[in-house]
Amino acid sequence: MDDFGSTALARLLEHCTDAVQATHSQHGDATARVVATRLVELLRFLRDDADCAFEMLTDLTVVDRLDEEPRFEVVYHLYSVAKNQRVRLKVAVQEGDPVVASATALYASANWMEREAFDLYGIRFDGHPDLRRILLYEEFEGHPLRKDYSKLKRQPLIGPEG
Amino acid sequence: MDESKDARAADALPNDTRGDLHTEHQLLNMGPSHPATHGTVKFMIELDGETIVDLDVQVGYLHRGFEKECESGSWYQVIPYTDRLNYNSAILANQGYCLAVEKLLDLETPERCQWLRVLAGELSRVGDHLTRCGAACLELAAMTPFLYGIEARELVWDLQEILCGARVTSNYVRIGGVKHGLPDEFPAACRELLPKIRALLVDFEKVVTRNRIFVDRLKDTGVLSKQDCLRYAVTGPMLRAAGVPLDLRKQEPYLVYDEIDFDVPVGSVGDNYDRYLVCVEEVRQSLRIVEQCLERLEGLGPGPVDVQDPRVRWPAKGRVFGGMEEMIQQFKSVTEGPRVPAGEAYGAIESANGELGFYLVSDGSSRPVKVRCRPPSFINLAPLPEMLRGAMLADLIPTFDFINMVGGECDR
Repeated sequence: MDDFGSTALARLLEHCTDAVQATHSQHGDATARVVATRLVELLRFLRDDADCAFEMLTDLTVVDRLDEEPRFEVVYHLYSVAKNQRVRLKVAVQEGDPVVASATALYASANWMEREAFDLYGIRFDGHPDLRRILLYEEFEGHPLRKDYSKLKRQPLIGPEG
Repeated sequence: MDESKDARAADALPNDTRGDLHTEHQLLNMGPSHPATHGTVKFMIELDGETIVDLDVQVGYLHRGFEKECESGSWYQVIPYTDRLNYNSAILANQGYCLAVEKLLDLETPERCQWLRVLAGELSRVGDHLTRCGAACLELAAMTPFLYGIEARELVWDLQEILCGARVTSNYVRIGGVKHGLPDEFPAACRELLPKIRALLVDFEKVVTRNRIFVDRLKDTGVLSKQDCLRYAVTGPMLRAAGVPLDLRKQEPYLVYDEIDFDVPVGSVGDNYDRYLVCVEEVRQSLRIVEQCLERLEGLGPGPVDVQDPRVRWPAKGRVFGGMEEMIQQFKSVTEGPRVPAGEAYGAIESANGELGFYLVSDGSSRPVKVRCRPPSFINLAPLPEMLRGAMLADLIPTFDFINMVGGECDR
């Protein structure tokens, strides 16, 4: 594994080698695929380490690779204002039990983004204080951004008329 | 006072239905249809008198399945959808998406195209900030400055119409280029209208900036500290108002921003008044950038605004009708659209509301696997309860206005 000149990747490989499964730096984006059970520990390291200083969890999203195993990938984009650097972390999630540890204790911004990932992909975030749908309504059936959710699927009518 | 009364007084602030005078928190439902919610958002507000105890922000009323739609079309078909994210500054969203696709394709656009993109994007930013400040005044019951702001925005949109052919959803930027070069009448129109926009901005500021009522409503309301901004990943004018000089145009210069002379205004307290001042100053800076772009584009003269790359650009019409190769290429471009190499990329630009990012995943085909938009409106709205706990109900309006949540982008 290579650190591609990224301080963040180098620090990660130096400190938590066993938790990093693969790295790449396509198009200049430093990326590490990490062990899901170590995620929170790695995020805390990246936030608190002086050379990394990732104060912001800029983005959190999910990629659905329907025919692959494990099916889902939760993608975290971190940004450090102080060091002006970015890093992307990815964890694999199984279809049968799609659970990842929540990052809300470390980053307040994770709250809404995890709710969105839960809403649209059905990934559950363990330890999230208020995991409910955010863009869709409570009665919505299914998770529309999953690749096996048809764009043409109709939803049952709700409201007083039923 | 006996002991039981003391005990009652101690827990009187939360719901107290035992005493003679009942005090109970009131739940106020504001929205989803409310004149001050710009589109549709709903607040469930828990009130103690006029003080906000807690707040639940419910978004999603404008969810149209942006990502799902993008995944079922070609890479090109995403561009019109990006217009409808933040419809106040559509060109910036076009730009963000196309830059991210170009990152996947490893494309570098010609200089002329980059200057045109900056020019169009900055006009968009001016329009967005003017709308934000104007609408905020309107919702604080000041009609006149709203009209000044909207009149100036109308002039910006006139320029956008000359440049792109449409006022609002302009669909101007292309993968590897822009729709067309600088129209002949644009420089003259720009030179005529920029002083008018500046004059309107002066009028706007005269009515508002030192207006006692306006300042009292904005100062020290909706404060979000620097640390909280970072925790919530808040970017754009809100973060700069809190004193962090983060502007991706300076921090990670894209396009030709490193050749342009402009300043990044920064606030100190992080309240609504700072946000207002930052926005007004950014309008001035953007107008400066527009002037520099115009000058440079006139210096460059007419010429190609697209990359010469058959993967993303169609062959010239003349050759399509004369040659077999070009005919086939045209046919494939139209029916399939360009193929983008397999991989992933995250591209971010400084939009009017903050970091607008696109995370794209391609499997090498002509349809995207994933088009994730990192929406600044959505992420900047999340700390609203934190900003308003303990504040007055009336503070909700200016605070929400200066977050400038745009339904299309927030709910996608």
